[in-house]
Amino acid sequence: MPEILDQARERVLGNGVGLDEAGILAVLNLPDEHLPAALQLAHEVRMRWCGPEVEVEGIVSLKTGGCPEDCHFCSQSGLFTSPVRSVWLDIPALVEAAKQTAATGATEFCIVAAVRGPDARLMKQMREGVAAIRAAVDIQVAASLGMLTKEQVDELVEMGVHRYNHNLETCRSYFPNVVTTHSWEERWETLRMVRESGMEVCCGGILGLGETVEQRAEFAAQLAELDPHEVPLNFLNPRPGTPLGDRPVVEGKDALRAIAAFRLAMPRTILRYAGGRELTLGDLGTREGLLGGINAVIVGNYLTTLGRPATADLELLEDLKMPVKALSATL
Amino acid sequence: MTESSPATAALPAVRWCDRCGESVATGPHPACEAARAWEPPRWCASCRRRMKVQVVPAGWSAVCVEHGERRG
Ligand code: SF4
Repeated sequence: MPEILDQARERVLGNGVGLDEAGILAVLNLPDEHLPAALQLAHEVRMRWCGPEVEVEGIVSLKTGGCPEDCHFCSQSGLFTSPVRSVWLDIPALVEAAKQTAATGATEFCIVAAVRGPDARLMKQMREGVAAIRAAVDIQVAASLGMLTKEQVDELVEMGVHRYNHNLETCRSYFPNVVTTHSWEERWETLRMVRESGMEVCCGGILGLGETVEQRAEFAAQLAELDPHEVPLNFLNPRPGTPLGDRPVVEGKDALRAIAAFRLAMPRTILRYAGGRELTLGDLGTREGLLGGINAVIVGNYLTTLGRPATADLELLEDLKMPVKALSATL
Repeated sequence: MTESSPATAALPAVRWCDRCGESVATGPHPACEAARAWEPPRWCASCRRRMKVQVVPAGWSAVCVEHGERRG
């Protein structure tokens, strides 16, 4: 057994203390023959510190495309030649999407907008949309609207938004290679205000942007320092027309190593499968990740790409005897 | 993901790849076809207009101002 896994067994499984950056890097560098042991340990950590439940979420894009920012992986930036056009979802369609999500047993519904930060029109649409969902659907509402002012944070709290997603996307040292129109620190500032407001912090990123393994470890350590309630883990799905459109997808084994490493860095967080798993891991890898530290999924489609049908994931969870977290457990 | 097409009597000819927007006159685009398992269409296959596409958790719709709406 590699030394790092023995150390992690005592420190993370035994005491609930996440690995430091050097330990995370050691897990990311484990040879293939030790990957099953790393996943098994990450699974034990998740079961001990989070339990068997899996949190199920649906996401929808309230405002798609036309974003002024230049995140190099993103098909919704208006600065690239991506074919994604700008489009707004109306409130009846938003409520219908929340209903479809709740029908899967999901407890979370995240409303997302492709913006640098919300303007008055978007905040109005959010106010009306969240009120309409809360009146018609039993589900927790989360939001992801880019960088916020303090006033906007307070407004979202007032609307009843219980969790706010704002991904750091990658580690601090690599961020300027991926985004030039705003800084990692600006994102961190929004996360700080969200945390102070009492909303739950949801913050993750994308693996496969060209970062080194060391930078992947740096990112996990920086997330652990933030200590978010939830970490959505995406794997790059290279989008046509974006600067990262020709990058290869992450190797399945590297993705699984990252899942184990992120779990061992953050034993108590909700570690969610987000975009890209279909390409990177396929059905078998999806199962392995759920047995290797993942305890939450986005079901159905993503913002501009498609996911597995919700029924496929729900059947898998049933097969793995992992109960879907009930709404009562989240309130 | 299954797809339905607008309920028109005679569908216009498919001339463009609905993923990359290039011509399909010289043959199919296998890479685009594979990618479309996880993507909605973006280009109208009849006129090569960029469509307005809305993805929701359980489906998608793609609208061409000339050739109507497709859903999946
Ligand atoms: S801010 Fe969000 S929507 Fe805009 S380009 Fe970056 S990732 Fe895409």
